Amino acid sequence: MRSPSVGHSSPRVEDHALLRGRGQFVDDIQIPGTLHLAFVRSPHAHARIASIDTMAAQSLSGVVHVWTIDDLPRGLQDHPIPLVHPNPAIKQGFLPYVLAKGEVHYVGEPIVVVVADSRARAEDAAELVLIDYEVLPAISDCKDAIEEGAVLCHTQASSNIAARVPFSYGNTAQAFDDAHLVVKESFFQHRGGSFFMECRAGLAQYDSHLDQYTVHLGTQVPHQMKRFYMDMLELGDQQIRVIAPDVGGGFGSKAPFYAEYALLPLLAKATGKPVKWIEDRFENFTSTFQERDQYWDMELALDVNGMILGVQGRLLHDSGAYLPRGLIVQWISATTVPGPYVVPAFQMEMISVLTNRVPTSAVRGAGRPQAIFAMERLLDRAAQSLGIDRAEIRRRNFIQPEQMPYKVGLIYRDGKPVTYDSGDYPGSQDMALKHIDYESFKIEQAKALASGRHIGIGLANYVEGTGLGPYEAVTIRISTTGRVFLYTGAAPQGQSHHTTLAQIAADQLGIDPALITVVTGDTAAVAMGVGTFAARTAVNAGSSAHLAALAVREKIIKIAAAMMEVPEEDLELEDGFVFVRGAKELRKSFREVAIIAGGVPGFSLPDGVSAGLEHLSTFSPKQSTYSNGTHAAIVEVDIETGHVKILRYVVVHDCGRVINPKIVHGQVIGGVAHGIGNAFYEHMRYDRQGQPLTTHFGDYLLPMASDMPPIEVLHMTSLSPLNPLGIKGAGEGGTLPAAATLISAVEDALRPYGVKINESPLSPMKVVSLLGVHALGKSHLPRVQAQEPVL
Amino acid sequence: MNTNQTLSLTVNGVEYTREVPARMNLVDFLRNELHLTGSHVGCEHGVCGACTVLVDGLSVRGCLMFALQAQDCHVTTIEGLADKDGALSPLQAAFHDQHGLQCGFCTPGMLMTLQELLNEGITPTEDELRERLSGNLCRCTGYEGIVKAALQVLQSQSNAESAP
Amino acid sequence: MEEALRLLNETEEACVLAGGQSLVPLMNFRLAAPKNLIDLNLIPELNHMAQVGQNIHIGAMTRQRSLEYSPLIREHLPVLQSALIQVGHRQTRNRGTIGGSLCHLDPSAELVAICALTDAVMHSLSLQGRRQIPASDWAIGLMTNALQPGEILEYIAIPIDAPSHGHAYIEYARRHGDFAIVAVGTRLWLDHNERIAKASIVLSGISAGPVRLKNAEVALIGATGSQSTWQAAAELAQQTPAMQDEQITAEYRQHLARVLSYRSLESAHQMALRTKRASA
Repeated sequence: MRSPSVGHSSPRVEDHALLRGRGQFVDDIQIPGTLHLAFVRSPHAHARIASIDTMAAQSLSGVVHVWTIDDLPRGLQDHPIPLVHPNPAIKQGFLPYVLAKGEVHYVGEPIVVVVADSRARAEDAAELVLIDYEVLPAISDCKDAIEEGAVLCHTQASSNIAARVPFSYGNTAQAFDDAHLVVKESFFQHRGGSFFMECRAGLAQYDSHLDQYTVHLGTQVPHQMKRFYMDMLELGDQQIRVIAPDVGGGFGSKAPFYAEYALLPLLAKATGKPVKWIEDRFENFTSTFQERDQYWDMELALDVNGMILGVQGRLLHDSGAYLPRGLIVQWISATTVPGPYVVPAFQMEMISVLTNRVPTSAVRGAGRPQAIFAMERLLDRAAQSLGIDRAEIRRRNFIQPEQMPYKVGLIYRDGKPVTYDSGDYPGSQDMALKHIDYESFKIEQAKALASGRHIGIGLANYVEGTGLGPYEAVTIRISTTGRVFLYTGAAPQGQSHHTTLAQIAADQLGIDPALITVVTGDTAAVAMGVGTFAARTAVNAGSSAHLAALAVREKIIKIAAAMMEVPEEDLELEDGFVFVRGAKELRKSFREVAIIAGGVPGFSLPDGVSAGLEHLSTFSPKQSTYSNGTHAAIVEVDIETGHVKILRYVVVHDCGRVINPKIVHGQVIGGVAHGIGNAFYEHMRYDRQGQPLTTHFGDYLLPMASDMPPIEVLHMTSLSPLNPLGIKGAGEGGTLPAAATLISAVEDALRPYGVKINESPLSPMKVVSLLGVHALGKSHLPRVQAQEPVL
Repeated sequence: MNTNQTLSLTVNGVEYTREVPARMNLVDFLRNELHLTGSHVGCEHGVCGACTVLVDGLSVRGCLMFALQAQDCHVTTIEGLADKDGALSPLQAAFHDQHGLQCGFCTPGMLMTLQELLNEGITPTEDELRERLSGNLCRCTGYEGIVKAALQVLQSQSNAESAP
Repeated sequence: MEEALRLLNETEEACVLAGGQSLVPLMNFRLAAPKNLIDLNLIPELNHMAQVGQNIHIGAMTRQRSLEYSPLIREHLPVLQSALIQVGHRQTRNRGTIGGSLCHLDPSAELVAICALTDAVMHSLSLQGRRQIPASDWAIGLMTNALQPGEILEYIAIPIDAPSHGHAYIEYARRHGDFAIVAVGTRLWLDHNERIAKASIVLSGISAGPVRLKNAEVALIGATGSQSTWQAAAELAQQTPAMQDEQITAEYRQHLARVLSYRSLESAHQMALRTKRASA
């Protein structure tokens, strides 16, 4: 018998093409005659458009069309891009139009589209478009935006508040009354953007004979994109095919339906030519959705032993100028706060604020890192005030494994109560701290300080809702040629689905996973789908792959039993054959079975067996399944420059059943890199007029190979009871508690100076300013010598 | 800048002569004129390294060189790394062994930067290796698999050299 | 060169093209849009390094990579190599030139600072003839060099008659190869009693052009070299007026000037002592 593939580091099938430079990213699809789009985008954060003159642009050689909103179909002039997650709490949910209508609300908002025979010429023409703006005051910082009398982001709005959502359970008034200690802190959290290496991209073709559109999009969610196209362009299901080819990273920002995408099929039809748009990096900085600012004002009530009695606070979330993604990130933030701890009473107000900046939406972690930061920093402060060790205060408050399933008391973004299904939170922390020698660190720290070095240790825990439903479609089909195909709505951008889903299916079918052809991200290959984001694919598509493969396996056995006239229990599958156990020569090939299943006139299918050697599964999880883990880190701070070097980083990661260890490991390390970016490097800055200040990779810093510490990853396996294989999501665990862990470590290193750090990203400049005179280090002229002439 | 000029160069051992506009940069030329789409465009300001190719053996940013500046040069791209029969080079094979790629977009640049290093025949420490890679950004892997792959190949290269 | 100068004079909206590592990103962003580029890469006379009398002459088109590996530079101007390995990345040094860096004049450019530290003289050429511009006169404003329209930087002459005993180039940058926020370059000469005979200190990244810390240089003469010596010089460094921008405050730049001056002097002095004692 073939040994199981799940649990093994099967080599990646995606590598063959990619390593040879034969990837097919959207811009690699080169069709002669393709026209190219460039956009005229608003240079102002807030302005009324008085007039647009496209005459000069249109007359440039090579230019085919120059369109404003007035050139679009009536429906797109009247209706903005639809909201993807309606929520009754949204009171002022402004949505963007495909091209700006009358008023622009962020720098980078698209106003005019130019179509030409080359991108360079399209840009030349875009420079010739003349737009008369009436510049309006802009509101930039969400903290300023909620003030009375603040400048309005939208002139027709009544305020800058898009939504106010209360979250609560238990009796916080009582909790805070009874408290022995109330810790009160304000945190500033900033997360930047996804900054995938491949910018957004789309290529549309229109077939006038079939009246059909094919759109290649660098997207995480082709089926959702198809639905947008159907709605917005009034198309039938068979008229539009969306394909996500190779996609160079997504991290959340390739999930939205962007305005630019709408223009591709429209222009393909209008010009009769393939039409391509490749975002350049400047556009990526100014018009791809980001995460950005959150201001947290929090209070933690504890008893004399450091047991949490309650948490309350307010979260201000910068939504940007529009809310096309609803309240997803902010909602997740608020509901992630309790984490792995018993929090008897909870009250948060989440305020989603409009600002004249590009809209925000989920970026790897999707609001959880900020919540984890708040909770973990509050616990650190409480520990300090009560004189309890940081690890110990957490130990006292953990939800214990015996308490699973544990209902937190809040409603998650999936509409279901947050109910942790499995996980050993104390065990995870213990493992991490043991591995990093937490107990003996104080000695090492004292020695280092004596020799003038400032090292510190930090830790943080997380619980993550993963495997978001409602389903991911997987069809497994054994064609009449005998080849095995797996079609799915999952749409990877580096997550190795082609490898992992094949592994799952291979175990049920008894074949080498490399023999299963996996087709992802094509709305023509499988009719329904949701897409790859929010660490959901292993759970949803993995479960569907398993169930579909199981169903196909059963079909093979049923049909083969009828063909060979043997009992079903006597049959086994291996390497493309179904055979009688102990009599291998009595067998049928998958091909033979498939031909029968496909229908041979006159040959009846066995009772209860439907036609076709295939099965579509849309496994739907009852609720999200909760991964968890712990990070611990040792850092060294150069108090003179403020530079932080990470000396050691330990991750304990529990994602339930691991399909492919090497791939999960890669996800964790990649996730930690994002977390390090969040902690120290990534800051999308805007000025008070809403002008983006960081618009290239020289100013916006991504971690480099030389910035990464050695990372040790340990695994725990708490199977999920919510799906057949016990899988939980693995894509974001590396990121979630990283900023909290690292900032905790920096604060620990600077404890001799009483430095308190309530923000991230943390810059060296900020460290120096927090240290004050201590940052002078060796260059400090001691007072006693200052009176004497030294030179 | 819109005038065309004649460019003759060798790419992956094959000679080409084309008329190109002066303003076309090298990576756009390779991708759009020669249809060698293995080299990628990530930022157009010389930071991300996705466009890294070798020009006369030296790694350069393909987005910061005009195609015409490669006149009479020998350019090597990712498409030139594997054997004629398609077998992966030791470096490419190491990337596969060590899970050195996820989405694959930065990979061509990583490979060319490392190929230059391998061609130098030196044995850097891991820190030095990471510094050599600092001109190539990756957003997926956290660099660990890439570094492991490079170390694997450097090790086997130095073993081969010291073998009797 | 004659053809380049003629083209520069006669062609409308023309710019010279050196390594392209600074100009081409600006062009890709359409922040610079010259109609014509005069490619200096095709002029071999501009790419050379040689000792000429008591100077090293470096052609403006000499690649940073060549400087990095040059035995001539290692022997006579090791401080340049110390700075150069922190410049950008391998790919940018393969194409980038010393002339390009000098003309672009980023406030943090290491090569610009080294020229100021070593009292280099820039030699330019135009149809009207030759001109010599000392490093102290090279930066006339933010990213604005002293060349006149129609002038091309031909070569840089760096005096090497009195090699320093110790040197250091210490910068603080966020990540490897990033532009330094602030950098301090130091050269020290010791007398036979191991006291400081002469010092050159340059601050980079603190304002539009590199700043020689003349007051500290003078104050160091005759000093033995101790913690308090460096502390005093560092305090002077901190008093240098500094730029302020949206990302970095003047205060932080001045603070870095102080702490890096201390480190740079201490490091250069340690090297100077080793050199002096080794040759004794």
